[in-house]
Amino acid sequence: MDEEKVITCKSLSKKFGDFYAVNEITFDVNKGEIFGFLGANGAGKTTAMRMLCGLSFPSSGEATVAGFDVYKQQEFIKKNIGYMSQKFSLYENLSILENIEFFGGVYGLDRKEIKERSGLLIQTLGLEKEAKKMVGELPLGWKQKLAFSVAIFHRPKIVFLDEPTGGVDPVTRRQFWDMIYEAAATGITIFVTTHYMDEAEYCNRISIMVDGKVEALDSPSNLKSKFSVHSMDDVFYQLARGASRSAD
Amino acid sequence: MKVLGFILQKEFRQISRDKTILIMMFLMPTIQLIVLPIAMNFDIKSVNISIIDHDNSTYSQKLISKVGSSGFFNITSMETSYPNALENIEQDKADIVMEIPSGFERNLVREGMQKIGISVDAINGAKASIGGSYLAAVLKDFNTNLEINNDNIKTPQGLIDVTYRNWYNVRAEYKYNIVPAILVILLTMIGGFLAALNIVKEKEMGTIEQINVTPIKKWEFILGKLIPFWIIGMIVFTIGLFVCWIVYGIISQGSIPLLYTFASVYLVALLGFGLLISTYCDSQVQAMFVAFFFMMIFMLMGGLFTSVESMPSWARGISNMLPVTHFIKVVRMIMLKGSNFSDVRTEFLYLIAFGIFLNSWAIWNYRKTT
Repeated sequence: MDEEKVITCKSLSKKFGDFYAVNEITFDVNKGEIFGFLGANGAGKTTAMRMLCGLSFPSSGEATVAGFDVYKQQEFIKKNIGYMSQKFSLYENLSILENIEFFGGVYGLDRKEIKERSGLLIQTLGLEKEAKKMVGELPLGWKQKLAFSVAIFHRPKIVFLDEPTGGVDPVTRRQFWDMIYEAAATGITIFVTTHYMDEAEYCNRISIMVDGKVEALDSPSNLKSKFSVHSMDDVFYQLARGASRSAD
Repeated sequence: MKVLGFILQKEFRQISRDKTILIMMFLMPTIQLIVLPIAMNFDIKSVNISIIDHDNSTYSQKLISKVGSSGFFNITSMETSYPNALENIEQDKADIVMEIPSGFERNLVREGMQKIGISVDAINGAKASIGGSYLAAVLKDFNTNLEINNDNIKTPQGLIDVTYRNWYNVRAEYKYNIVPAILVILLTMIGGFLAALNIVKEKEMGTIEQINVTPIKKWEFILGKLIPFWIIGMIVFTIGLFVCWIVYGIISQGSIPLLYTFASVYLVALLGFGLLISTYCDSQVQAMFVAFFFMMIFMLMGGLFTSVESMPSWARGISNMLPVTHFIKVVRMIMLKGSNFSDVRTEFLYLIAFGIFLNSWAIWNYRKTT
């Protein structure tokens, strides 16, 4: 394989006391790939993602993101990634433009650049009328699209999306995935967690986590033929049925 | 530096949209400084007294009218027996009972001596001791003015007449003590509370995670939080000084720039304290609770309302560990006494040390990666 790897992960673990939230996971993510990270609630997806983003120190194992080490070079990692957390985390009492301006500025873009890019972004999102509205007033679907746009505003190498479409209607989810495809087309690697199996089908490759371990890792079609089932739902059921951790 | 500019812009935008905080910023200094010093009057002016006169003589009548006209006492009732009078104390209608025994006049004239019974309700300690000593003073005065005493002095003896003057607060008015204290509380609330709550709110909303995943530097984030509240603190302090001047006519006797120097260092120390609280708390409720705990200690042990000098030595030790103790001392010294820098240098060093200690601890404890 001569594909460039942007994330490498070897026996990465996170322990909270005696509890292995993430237990020796190993995988690589290639550049420009849409990598789906699946698992039941409590399987350890968010913990794994937080380690890769430099928000949390691993307990053991190795990992690099964009070529930087997750133990020592978190601040370099942070320059090269975008992150959209499970919890909506733009500032509700700032307007759309002000949020974009702030996060652009924090990533080191200068004011002229921010102005140009945000004008373009508002146009593509079709939010010209709402640009000066407080983000708190937007409907959830719009908020999520905006949060994604802000996460890739500084053109990171990789963007981490933690359940980006939770609670969003099917139409908006579809539009959201269109945005993900567009971003992937520009060369941004997408690392996305989800519960929706139809979304899993959109990914180039997926990994399924059960009880802190990666139990399956392949493209959706290979996984289906491997488990000899017709849908990702069935693949997931077969794997998750054996889980000992109860869903929260 | 460029990033800091973006952070400050964001903070000021958010603060300017928080109407409650904005209103509080201006109402708090005005209301607290206008209402509290007037309401919190520790000068005891009216002590309710219940009197039992078993003698009903000229002398006892004289004594009673003297007590009544002294200006400190309200004679709320004249009783016929001690139990009746005590009932008044139990019902909180009287603070002091004075019992004049029968034979008061006779004994005074014949034996030149008579004891009077005084019972004081000591639930309110300050009122009891001050009321008791007022009454003792009135009795002493009554005593020296008795004709029999004057007649007895055939040869004038050498008398030392002591007169005294209150310095810095000529009429010994409580407001001169309390107004600086409230000014200090205001600064403490802004420094210790607002900044802490602001940061913890970001934790609660989850926005801090979004911040922590950016390449923002620790010092940029922290300065971005501290600078706006430092500025707000200085504005509130300025409003407070104006209220002191307009409402109470209290103008700083000492140098205003010196006062501001101290206020700014104190704010830095307190903001560090708030920041420290925020690094240990995950919710605004927790932060509020912790801040209140310390606020109580600051208020009651920092020498705001009580004198640090009269505390037991272990308590003085604790008091010295509080930034507020040193700041209130300096504010009083500069505002009322007109002290200059060399008088308050030790306090300055204390505050600088607190500032460095609290802020370093907070910065050390703030983690972008956990």
